[in-house]
Amino acid sequence: MDINYTAILPEIMLSLVGICIMLLIPFVPRERQTHLGYLALAGIVLAFFGVAMGWGQTDLAFSEMIFQDDFGQFSKIFFLFVSTVILLISMNYLEQEKLFQGEFFVLLLFATVGMLFMATSADLIMTFLGLEVLSISTYILAGFKERERKSSEAAWKYFLLGAFSTAFLLYGIAFVYGATGSTKYLQIAEAIQASPDYSLILFVGLGLMMVGFGFKVALAPFHAWTPDVYEGAPIPITALLAVASKGAALLALVRILYQVFPDLSQQWQAILWPMAVMTMAIGNIAALTQSNIKRMLAYSSIAHAGYLLVGLTAHNPLATQGILFYLVAYAFMTLGALIVVQIVGRREEQHTTIEDYNGIGYRYPFLGIALSVFLISLAGIPATAGFMGKLFVFSAAVQSQMYGLVVIALVTSAIGLYYYLRVIVSMYMGEFKTEKIPITISMPLRIILTLLVLGTLYLGILPGSLLNLAEEAASF
Amino acid sequence: MLASYVPIVIFILVALSLPVVGLVVGRLIRPYKPHATKLMAYECGVDPEGDARDRFSIRFYIIAILFVVFEVETIFLFPWAIIYRRLALFGFIEMLVFLGILIVGYFYVWKKGALEWV
Repeated sequence: MDINYTAILPEIMLSLVGICIMLLIPFVPRERQTHLGYLALAGIVLAFFGVAMGWGQTDLAFSEMIFQDDFGQFSKIFFLFVSTVILLISMNYLEQEKLFQGEFFVLLLFATVGMLFMATSADLIMTFLGLEVLSISTYILAGFKERERKSSEAAWKYFLLGAFSTAFLLYGIAFVYGATGSTKYLQIAEAIQASPDYSLILFVGLGLMMVGFGFKVALAPFHAWTPDVYEGAPIPITALLAVASKGAALLALVRILYQVFPDLSQQWQAILWPMAVMTMAIGNIAALTQSNIKRMLAYSSIAHAGYLLVGLTAHNPLATQGILFYLVAYAFMTLGALIVVQIVGRREEQHTTIEDYNGIGYRYPFLGIALSVFLISLAGIPATAGFMGKLFVFSAAVQSQMYGLVVIALVTSAIGLYYYLRVIVSMYMGEFKTEKIPITISMPLRIILTLLVLGTLYLGILPGSLLNLAEEAASF
Repeated sequence: MLASYVPIVIFILVALSLPVVGLVVGRLIRPYKPHATKLMAYECGVDPEGDARDRFSIRFYIIAILFVVFEVETIFLFPWAIIYRRLALFGFIEMLVFLGILIVGYFYVWKKGALEWV
């Protein structure tokens, strides 16, 4: 039996700590349950050590179920980083909303386990399991404010549509298995290479799988759930869905398309091309008219999924590198923007319209500068991480001679400028209304925001170090 | 090509005729003496009370989910028990881990009061 425990050491650590927290929950008094977050944080730190233990090793562990490679390690570090930030902001959020339930942290840890499995899976069944662990945790987390209608509505919509799309994915897996006789990535790739007269069943399978992943990444035309769910979910969970859940599905898709179906690239490129155009257009145009900032960021996240898809369509080594870079840049700016939204939203997220941002730039200079940097980066203006990310992703597409796609991407991101800048304009030119509850920024959030601002600027000015890491990770 | 479907057609015919033949033969052979108790819906031997299409306590839902969880556990235990010798110590430890995780869930549910009947 070929078992290599170091390949899933981070997942084991996270699961163990999650189980420990579950055991502790009944014994911790309600008001102190948020302290269990520190234990969850310890779990993530242990998981980082777990990644370090397997650093640089390459292996196909657990009877060819799990890849241990640079791509996987890069993704693991990325997801653990995102989970750390979300854990820290959610401790603050739960305290503020008086949601004293330790289960939040348990589910967050389990969701992270799901993401790690998706990024390192070497078998379609494993990918499916990872997706389910991630999805089921996030279904519950989206409805965590059970007393609020919007949150319950978000959870239900997400659950029903999510379960439906997972069925598509599973059906696709079944078809691919029927066509190739295996669920293992490498064996499927071999089987496809061996018989170049592709059967219809194989295409049906690939198509159905792309529907399943398209839902999780929120690609048009499978994006309809995104705005409602992002708006209704608690803000830390919006961040989790927008960055981590999307990223996990995208990285799994990168692996599947590039490693399992490279021979069918012409066919899936023909599907991805119009999807990318639609995703970018719908995301950017629908965001123009939004008055709620959470909804606006939801459409903006759809648009960014479109840019990532441009890279995915390009299908060359530069594309993988660009996607990894873009994902990190996207995480920095989206997490940052949502943290500011959480701070300005205050108790019960009462202040989430764009009008609520009027005059905040002068009244709270720190928040004003931070949000401006994140929005400028999301818009893709030079000297920020967002610009560099777009540059790499689009140049990968140019390298594959997809000029039309790049032109459309540039036009849509120019449209996107308007709604990002609209918030900045209202922050600095809108009239400040005296508020009932003043905005307070806790010390941990201030530190995280500062780091994210610095990170966004650093990646925008000196992208070299991360780019090198991404280049190493891009070689499967 | 079409000839290869003949076994399937035969199979479908046999499958359809089995229950039909069974019911008809039973009807012909058995004595037919209906009375009220015999025609009553069967509910584990207890007299049924009211209609089944009724609102019932949400607690049944939790119990049902818990039941499914432990039912699945036994499904895994059977094949494990059959090849227990071949799996040796490794299999034993793996099963302990599996049971351990389930017991944690049970413990959590218990402590949360989901098993308390009002």
